[in-house]
Amino acid sequence: MTTAPGPTPTIVLVGHGMVGQRFLEALAERGLTATHRVVVLCEEPRPAYDRVHLTSYFSGKTPDDLSMTDLAFLEEHGIELRVGDPAESVDRAARTVTARSGLVVGYDVLVLATGSYPFVPPVPGKDAEGCFVYRTIEDLLAIEEYAKTATTGAVVGGGLLGLEAAGALKGLGLTSHIVEFAPRLMPVQVDEGGGAALLRTIEGMGLSVHTGVGTQEIVVDGATGAVTGMKLSDGSELATDLVVFSAGVRPRDQLARDCGLAVGERGGITVDEQCRTVTDERVFAIGECALAADGRVYGLVAPGYEQAETAAATIADREASFTGADLSTKLKLLGVDVASFGDAHGTAEDCLDVVYSDSRAGLYKKLVVARDGTLLGGILVGDADAYGTLRAFTGSVPPVSPESLVLPAGAGAPAQLGPSALPDDAVICSCHNVSKGTVRGAVTEHSCTTVPEVKKCTKAGTGCGSCLKVLGQLVTAELEASGVEVDKGLCGCFAQTREELYEIVLALRITSYRELLDRHGREGARGGDGCEVCKPTVGSIIASLAPAIGASGYVLDGEQAALQDTNDHFLANLQRNGSYSVVPRIPGGEIAPEKLIVIGEIARDFGLYTKITGGQRIDMFGARVEQLPMIWARLVDAGFESGHAYGKSLRTVKSCVGQTWCRYGVQDSVRMAIDLELRYRGLRSPHKLKSAVSGCARECAEAQSKDFGVIATANGWNLYVGGNGGATPRHADLLAQDLSDAELVRLIDRFLMFYIRTADKLERTSTWLERIPGGLDHVRDVVVHDSLGICDELEALMRAHVSHYRDEWAETVNDPEKLARFVSFVNAPDTPDPVVGFVPERDQIKPDLPLLDIGLRRPAEDDLDLLEGSTRR
Amino acid sequence: MTLAPETTDLKVLLRLADDWFTACDLGALLPGRGVAALLPDGGQVALFRDRGGELYAIDNRDPFTGAAVLSRGLTGTHRGRPFVASPLLKQRFDLATGVCLDDESVRVRTYEVKAV
Ligand code: SRM
Ligand SMILES: Cc1cc2nc3c(=O)[nH]c(=O)nc-3n(C[C@H](O)[C@H](O)[C@H](O)COP(=O)(O)OP(=O)(O)OC[C@H]3O[C@@H](n4cnc5c(N)ncnc54)[C@H](O)[C@@H]3O)c2cc1C
Ligand code: SF4
Ligand code: FES
Repeated sequence: MTTAPGPTPTIVLVGHGMVGQRFLEALAERGLTATHRVVVLCEEPRPAYDRVHLTSYFSGKTPDDLSMTDLAFLEEHGIELRVGDPAESVDRAARTVTARSGLVVGYDVLVLATGSYPFVPPVPGKDAEGCFVYRTIEDLLAIEEYAKTATTGAVVGGGLLGLEAAGALKGLGLTSHIVEFAPRLMPVQVDEGGGAALLRTIEGMGLSVHTGVGTQEIVVDGATGAVTGMKLSDGSELATDLVVFSAGVRPRDQLARDCGLAVGERGGITVDEQCRTVTDERVFAIGECALAADGRVYGLVAPGYEQAETAAATIADREASFTGADLSTKLKLLGVDVASFGDAHGTAEDCLDVVYSDSRAGLYKKLVVARDGTLLGGILVGDADAYGTLRAFTGSVPPVSPESLVLPAGAGAPAQLGPSALPDDAVICSCHNVSKGTVRGAVTEHSCTTVPEVKKCTKAGTGCGSCLKVLGQLVTAELEASGVEVDKGLCGCFAQTREELYEIVLALRITSYRELLDRHGREGARGGDGCEVCKPTVGSIIASLAPAIGASGYVLDGEQAALQDTNDHFLANLQRNGSYSVVPRIPGGEIAPEKLIVIGEIARDFGLYTKITGGQRIDMFGARVEQLPMIWARLVDAGFESGHAYGKSLRTVKSCVGQTWCRYGVQDSVRMAIDLELRYRGLRSPHKLKSAVSGCARECAEAQSKDFGVIATANGWNLYVGGNGGATPRHADLLAQDLSDAELVRLIDRFLMFYIRTADKLERTSTWLERIPGGLDHVRDVVVHDSLGICDELEALMRAHVSHYRDEWAETVNDPEKLARFVSFVNAPDTPDPVVGFVPERDQIKPDLPLLDIGLRRPAEDDLDLLEGSTRR
Repeated sequence: MTLAPETTDLKVLLRLADDWFTACDLGALLPGRGVAALLPDGGQVALFRDRGGELYAIDNRDPFTGAAVLSRGLTGTHRGRPFVASPLLKQRFDLATGVCLDDESVRVRTYEVKAV
């Protein structure tokens, strides 16, 4: 069967991969599908799919989810797609292509988009059963099937794809090894320092890494022909049931070679800046099979897309050229942040490096800067948050110094360079080449108001997804600038902020969440069940105000129980395997030997893991739900109270030993710490509260890193506020000096109640202080000078809290009804949860975690039984 | 099926293959707060009741962490659909279909449930 070029000119596309599909879209956009017949020869058994996100198949994406081809699109444009029918030969003289099925198609223009094939090093045994490559959906299906009978897997190649493959093997439940010939992981993208940080992180995730060794032979079982291990170049042997080769890719240029098209020395079909082959003006090559005019073969999708656009434009007689592209990348899987962009290795002449490295935290950041300050490229390992912005700045001089861009916030100048500083022509999404100006236009001219709308409108963010963070910031900034009101409501249920809800609850004395939701919630949310954001927030507001509004002070009473986060619900902290921790209060960190012995005995009797916390007390881990009441009965009996380690409430008031013993001490810091801890224990607040009291300016209690910290002076106490750690540590600010005991307590009462009243949900005092208008000066005006005239009320609220405080654990263990909820199973109260297991470590225990599928694929009806309550270990 | 919340002597039944399995007293289910029940085969189910009295049952195991803790999550309504948020990493699951609202490719098993 032959179809000769008829009156309508014919374009034949060989290869329907990511770039091929993009080329078809580009043809359609330029109206070429209307004037041309378009025939596509596709080798794989399915039309184009998202190869970049191939690995997400293992986290539950189906082949259908990955598809990039809309059949309606093909139909509408009359594109003839031949699935499973590869091109076998090209006759350039006759201008025909012959497919495997025997079909011969004549062409006016031929476009080759045949992609790459995975390179498999020529080692003995490479074709044994159990050896795979990692390129197509079919490869993944085969790996998944084989992994069912395997326990160990090894990946040859520690590059971007090798790491993805190793992560996938681990997710399939295999013990995973990575063998990399180069001395470090991801040798192309990161340098030595980055490789070291990456290595630590990857090993910390339980993968074994072997760098600097080559694979010499695949060891095969003579009887079965299956892989049993591999011999490495250092003489060692690695036992493994499965091998995935991920040692790089090579352009698929055989078809081109066979018909006499020029190819590069190291492969790749040689093309010019218009993506036209240098040999034949009727033949184009795009994507990974092409050797571009700049002498490179690009193994990333963004340059391929650009080539697709260039070829389509050229065929349409428009001006376009492809002269080279950016090789920025970001690792998608494994939960590791790794990114490199621009001239990451600093190959440009005379360039300078700015490096920040913290080996313990697994952080490594390097920027390559030209003499004139132009940002040329960089590498980020461990924290790639700034990737989107930095990539967009590449090639220009950033408005702030490069050091401040890599230093963690808080160290040095905390320059948070937002996307608003970018020029309009900065490329935000390099996958689809979308500039900041285009994104802004989507908001201002096409009235997009959400990120999903902007994605649809501009295509930004629909490729690798690494630009989504910047995109989100940009959309919000643009909306705010154009006066659109950005919804500041607490959540989908309430249009008010936390502060507004606090005022409503206090003024109207509302003690029920349902009443608040039904009367003050958003229209659509009224009458509903609320959500996991507003329930604990309102639960906390009601608990903070309980005595003042007449609500029960016990957080598990009636409806309040349904509002608490799971930690508060069981008055203990949930651990990763479903067990809980127990933290009794040890006010000021002072404890008598008798009480220490009680803790030791309880921990021993229940087999708990014990650890001294960073807050001067003792944490006991590994209690099962049904053990909590028995443990607490003994603790309460010995005079202990809840330490509220689970609550958004006061944690600890640390002390230093102070004047009583220390030769430098000028006040009794231990007594003050105990007094403060007892006064504010149980106080529910927007976030947790920590405090400390130091006996002199040497600050052994680290009071300046606390939400409220106290330092003794010869004349009394200095009060510091707004200090704490977390991800962005902040030193506290001095609020008032030389206070007497009574003045100090009164000021803290006011400060805490003002914070509880006006802070946002989960806003620590540090962020609150930075956010509220007027900052520290305003807070000082309110709580020291009573500028709002509310100090009497603030003090009264605190007095009510202090006089109504009761220990929640004492109340719980004395009430059988309250105890009833502390079971794993409602229908088998004495049966412990079998998923909670432990293994020994350093003479104590640690959680034994169940092995996890990375996700669950939609179960077929007949394997429901397998999934049901499955607790694979 | 909607029930008056004050009904007390009703039992919560769960459909397992062809049989109805008695999981607990209806009174043990606090609106907005789940409980876990042990199944004859050693599996675990998380039971919930919303404020309208509607009952739901899903697999208790959190597919993202492996821990059997979904019964201890907070419930809510999202666009009119009931959900529970895992107490560990907070992914939300539609109580009626078991589909994860934050990653639709993940689903937990659901059970038919009634009170008699
Ligand atoms: C036990 C302890 C670590 C230790 O082994 O020493 C610990 C353990 C936890 N911390 Fe912490 N933090 C502990 C001291 C700290 C400190 C150091 C300190 O207080 O001196 C900090 C930095 C200072 C600060 O508060 O900012 C700290 C900053 C955090 C944060 C970050 C808070 C932030 O504002 O960003 C969280 C997350 C949160 O609260 O949302 C957190 C959350 C947690 C939680 C509760 C996580 C959770 O929700 O499961 C951990 C579980 C505790 C448990 O199961 O018992 N932990 N945590 C320490 C308990 C102190 C105590 O006796 O109460
Ligand atoms: C696991 C994985 C992760 C990746 N991650 C990223 C990433 O994060 N970022 C990034 O930019 N890139 C990534 N890539 C690379 C990216 O997928 C490729 O750059 C892109 O797919 C190249 O598109 P292409 O159309 O040139 O080739 P392909 O998508 O490989 O398509 C070529 C198609 O042509 C077919 N073909 C070959 N010969 C013939 C013939 N004779 N007749 C008919 N059909 C033929 C092939 O079967 C194939 O379907 C990743 C790749 C993999 C495998
Ligand atoms: S802070 Fe001062 S008083 Fe307290 S222990 Fe240190 S040196 Fe001694
Ligand atoms: S950069 Fe890849 S989707 Fe935007």
